[in-house]
Amino acid sequence: MASVAQPGLSAPTVSGAHTGTKKRSGLLDWITTVDHKKIGIMYGVTAIFFLMVGGLEALLIRTQLITSGNGLINEKTYNELFTMHGTTMIFLAVMPLTVAFWNYIMPLQIGARDVAMPRLNAFSYWLFVMAGLTLNISWFVGHAPNQGWYAYAPLTDLAWNPTRAVDFWIVGLTISGISSMLGAFNFIVTILNMRAPGMTLMRMPVFTWTTLITSILLIMAFPAITVAIIFLMFDRWLGTNFYAVAAGGDPLLWQHLFWIFGHPEVYIMILPVFGIVSEIVPTFSRKPLFGYSIMVYATCAIAFLGFGVWAHHMFTTGMGPTANAVFGATTMTIAIPTGVKIFNWLGTIALGQVRFTTPMMFTIGMISMFTIGGISGVMHATVPIDSHHNDSYFLIAHFHYVLFGGSMFGLIAGLYYWFPKITGRMMDEKLGKINFWMTFVGFNATFFPMHFLGLEGMPRRYYTYGEGAGWNFWNAIVTFGAYILGAAMLLLLFNVGQSLKSGKRVGANPWDAPTLEWATTSPPPEYNFAEQPIVASRDPLWAEKYGHGDDIPAHIESPEIVLGPNAGDDVHLPNPSFWPLVGASGMFMMGLGFLFENITIFWLGPLAISALSIVGLITLMWGIFGWAFEPTGVEGLH
Amino acid sequence: MAQAVEVQTGAAGHGHDDAHDAHGGHGHSGTGIENRKLMMWLFLASDCMFFGSLIATYMIYRNRAVEIGVGPFPHELIDIPFTSVSAAVLLMSSLTMVLSLGSLQKGNIRNSRIWLAATAILGTTFLGGQFFEFTEFHHEGLTLQGNIFGSTFFTLTGFHGVHVGLGVLWLVSLLFVSLRGGLKQENAMTLEIAGLYWHFVDIVWIVIFTLVYLLPYASAEGEGGEHASRVHDLAHAVMRFF
Ligand code: HEM
Ligand SMILES: [Cu+2]
Repeated sequence: MASVAQPGLSAPTVSGAHTGTKKRSGLLDWITTVDHKKIGIMYGVTAIFFLMVGGLEALLIRTQLITSGNGLINEKTYNELFTMHGTTMIFLAVMPLTVAFWNYIMPLQIGARDVAMPRLNAFSYWLFVMAGLTLNISWFVGHAPNQGWYAYAPLTDLAWNPTRAVDFWIVGLTISGISSMLGAFNFIVTILNMRAPGMTLMRMPVFTWTTLITSILLIMAFPAITVAIIFLMFDRWLGTNFYAVAAGGDPLLWQHLFWIFGHPEVYIMILPVFGIVSEIVPTFSRKPLFGYSIMVYATCAIAFLGFGVWAHHMFTTGMGPTANAVFGATTMTIAIPTGVKIFNWLGTIALGQVRFTTPMMFTIGMISMFTIGGISGVMHATVPIDSHHNDSYFLIAHFHYVLFGGSMFGLIAGLYYWFPKITGRMMDEKLGKINFWMTFVGFNATFFPMHFLGLEGMPRRYYTYGEGAGWNFWNAIVTFGAYILGAAMLLLLFNVGQSLKSGKRVGANPWDAPTLEWATTSPPPEYNFAEQPIVASRDPLWAEKYGHGDDIPAHIESPEIVLGPNAGDDVHLPNPSFWPLVGASGMFMMGLGFLFENITIFWLGPLAISALSIVGLITLMWGIFGWAFEPTGVEGLH
Repeated sequence: MAQAVEVQTGAAGHGHDDAHDAHGGHGHSGTGIENRKLMMWLFLASDCMFFGSLIATYMIYRNRAVEIGVGPFPHELIDIPFTSVSAAVLLMSSLTMVLSLGSLQKGNIRNSRIWLAATAILGTTFLGGQFFEFTEFHHEGLTLQGNIFGSTFFTLTGFHGVHVGLGVLWLVSLLFVSLRGGLKQENAMTLEIAGLYWHFVDIVWIVIFTLVYLLPYASAEGEGGEHASRVHDLAHAVMRFF
């Protein structure tokens, strides 16, 4: 093995100037790409678009609630707005943003050429786009989903909800679920099988670890909601009785199946962000992560326990004291590994030398805001208290502290942190700091007073309130906060646009970070690493630069060497492919066929199979067969 | 430097850690299981949750139809001898699948085709049996809409049938590939993965057969008896069956 003679890490880097020769970026190239980096960028851009859509919906909600008795938005539209806001933020913004980082960063972190199955990866992306389209087309048909993001039966019952609204949600979420699961299979295989030589599991960066664990959560949790949605679909389309009380069905079955998925889902949204934070904290504290292995075990523990707590969403459904007590207790135990993580980060910060860059500020924001959300979460785990908080604005405050204060802060931190890697340019630090403070102030002004409103009894999902309730003052503050927060998000976009054009150009490792993604150029060449990196420690770039043992000289020259324009020519790249898009469009048409009344070809009881669905099915099959018989250009790739 | 080298060779010493990747040639660290096969294992894990949710729902709702009093009820319909035969057919198909893969791995392409065709035919026979059973039940008044037993029964067994159907489609595609010379000893893995899926679908059927067919049969026999005696009766039913 020739590589044995190489130093701890041997990832020759290509100078930025030369990579341009191999780059194509026409529209066709994006549509047919199977490159994990391009797919990652597409995930990110699409998710940010939906983040803006969801944000706009939130601002409309808040504008309606700015004062008592406001007549801006009627109850129908209000129901649609909060349902689509929640659904969009979770399935079309936060999850795909995490997937964007998984796609772009994770293969680089483990020194791989690409994910295990590049075309499947493209297929996941296109399905995500189709899911977003399906859900949002409902606006243009006049009936957007209106039953709340967790779609409790019997609100979804055909009798109470006779329009197509719920059906759009059913089809959209099914497609989104398939997309997420296929992606997760791919990431697990990639991480388990494609790590660089020497990168044992316990040398993987924590972000990669959380990608692995979250993907496992995804494939184990999504089947439950798939089954719940199939039952709902059958109830609505075929007249079955799964949630129909009169025939012996039980609406609570939905709640159980939904939350068996739903609680792991909240970890699906937060664990990847824990990973991001665990990359940023060491980099800007100039200290390896304090308690790395504890961090890994805590992640596994959270994921495992996360499957045993679902009924804490159902304390007020009358499950009885035993079930309530058990689920309350298991919920509290999750606070232990979560707390451990927070102390690991604090330990790293306390023992290191902190640099207050924008990513680090968002990270510290994340740690503190998430902790507040975690504390109100433990409050809910206490059953009598939860009976009081349930369905009030206190709950809205709680989960926005974990979802916005936790997930979004961390994702924004990740964007600032990896932007130079992805684009080769620095984000503007001055704008970044303004961005941070605006987000921080706007966020707290929006969500902190919601605690007060909730304790004063303001319910969630009400489109208006009376003046006598005494909620006017805090509601006005909350709405103003939301405007500041909205402006902060626009500033973020502005900073991205500005920095793309005129950000300072950077080399391979502008933050002096320890992990492998920083060993290649910024942006990385299409083939990632011209030569297979070899890993001998947890923080390979630091080990190499500063040494980490007595036998290693204090400083090894960086392996950064300039390669010619032919660098990486011997790395085989998979061919671009149309089939993922063809297959995804097929599934899209199939779904739409169920949603629009059109020529019915085939009756199966009350289930009308429409012409469009048949065309969709044929397209999907065409895509799959085309895909199966298409040469990939690389042996063993799919 | 010395240490780095040592650590690196140490990692390689962990057996299948690197250089054994089926196709990488880059010497990745990995499980040693081929990507597609690992993917299939993961899919099956996920599918366990899928069937787990369906089966749990069936079990929770099992006695509801009786409680509500809207028939037909499970013990009135279920025909153990008939379903035992179709279960046996499906189990045999696992055997032929093993034989097909074994032949291919030994390089006997002709036999592998024969066993593959046999597997597909047995699978189709099972589906035919299910079709027959569904129409029978339908004649006796069991529908998707009629009562909760109909809803859960048809959904659970129907989804299993869909799995078998997709499996048959896959086997037939592989047969065509094989007839055109595309399935050889070197890529036996392609067949092995289809086999994994096929065996899984069989195992699921064993669970469904026990819980959906044998259990109500057992409880009908033990009518009037205590709840606890059901298990006992079930054991008896199984004994009688074999
Ligand atoms: C601009 C920032 C945001 C604002 C101002 C905002 C505001 C709100 C408000 C006021 C509600 C309650 C509506 C009601 O109950 O009447 C709500 C609900 C919700 N929000 Fe947000 N939100 C924001 C960002 C997010 C993010 C980033 C996420 C998640 C990832 C999120 C997820 C949800 C969910 C799941 C609901 C529940 C929807 C339902 O009741 O079905 N929000 N949001
Ligand atoms: Cu939960």
